[in-house]
Amino acid sequence: MYEFKYHRPATVRQAANLLVKNEDAKVIAGGHTLVPVMKQRLASPPHLVDLSHIEGLDTIEMKGRSLVIGATAKHASVATSPIVGEAIPALAELAGGIGDPAVRHKGTIGGSLANNDPTADYPAAVLALGATIVTNKRRLKAEEFFQGLFSTALENDEIITKVMFPLPKKAAYIKFRNQASRYALVGVFVAKRPSDVRVAVTGAGSDGVFRATAFEEALKKRFSHKVLDGVSASAEGLNSDLHGSAEYRAHLIGVLTRRAVEAATAK
Amino acid sequence: MAKISLIVNGNPVNANVDSRTLLVQFLRENLRLTGTHVGCDTSQCGACVVHLDGKAVKSCTTLAVMADGHEVRTIEGLAADGAPLHPMQEAFREHHGLQCGFCTPGMIMTAVDLVNRKGHDLSDHVIREELEGNLCRCTGYQNIVTSIAAGAKAMAKSA
Repeated sequence: MYEFKYHRPATVRQAANLLVKNEDAKVIAGGHTLVPVMKQRLASPPHLVDLSHIEGLDTIEMKGRSLVIGATAKHASVATSPIVGEAIPALAELAGGIGDPAVRHKGTIGGSLANNDPTADYPAAVLALGATIVTNKRRLKAEEFFQGLFSTALENDEIITKVMFPLPKKAAYIKFRNQASRYALVGVFVAKRPSDVRVAVTGAGSDGVFRATAFEEALKKRFSHKVLDGVSASAEGLNSDLHGSAEYRAHLIGVLTRRAVEAATAK
Repeated sequence: MAKISLIVNGNPVNANVDSRTLLVQFLRENLRLTGTHVGCDTSQCGACVVHLDGKAVKSCTTLAVMADGHEVRTIEGLAADGAPLHPMQEAFREHHGLQCGFCTPGMIMTAVDLVNRKGHDLSDHVIREELEGNLCRCTGYQNIVTSIAAGAKAMAKSA
């Protein structure tokens, strides 16, 4: 790891000022993505701005008809929060399935979203639920936030402060884990929302998380796995690597969407 | 260099560290608490698990500066020198929950955290799920699972 200067701001404003002053600075919260890549010298930020001591940035609460999760809320907190369990149980389950217990004690929702790893779980939930990502500057819809592999709409001095989830009528997340890494080879989050149905897929797309619109159209007519007979995902634009071919991933999208719809309707 | 102050195994510690020092390096090299191991160094194997503010974390993926102002407990902090072993350590000894012993400190710190979160009556299924982040290459896990179930019960008695 290369040398860097460590900063521990007390407020988001202080953190943003540090980012403005130090152009190559990186934000750290749980550090479970950034520290490993710094160890590999794939990243060598001269400044680290630690958000994990900003008070109130990890709050989980209901605001009106939205579940609001602070950016530095840890996966373990989301997984065990009675508020999340009541409002969107599928989201609590998703958080409880990220990494392992020690990773969940450090990793944060804001960090996962800002990193936009193509196999991360949270992006699927945010896109399917139609969440809004709130930063120190503006509000971003999920579909404008994610911009391909490891890239987001975030500017250099922009910091995620919270994520607002409108409550779905029904939702479920099912992932098919890579047997070695335990990351999602494919993960599908299905949400029946008051106005529509969304199916978001992680792990499979060569450009990161995306919506499986063919499945959404079918499910809009009737929210049941039975309407999915004959609906399939195209292998075009899907990852093909030693873990699975694009065709295999396309097949998994179909299987997991059915299972997710079944799980959502069983709740 | 960065100045840090933290509590390690109940004792206040002040130090000047290079900000890129990992918590595990700090524990092993500065404080000579070599019970915490570095296995994979990529946050997968769990040999480096310690408790940070009472919760299991991987100290190979935590910067020492991030622990500034916090409380760390390592395997050395479970039972005092010369005192009887912690019930979870005793259970691993009793049930042969280790062979080479390299993963054991991490296994035990994870197990104690698990009991703190999920109580004393743990099914094998729960224990196996919770051990996702701790790798053992000797035992095949069978005796580790047995040890943790027994240690969890023993912790209830000693609490």
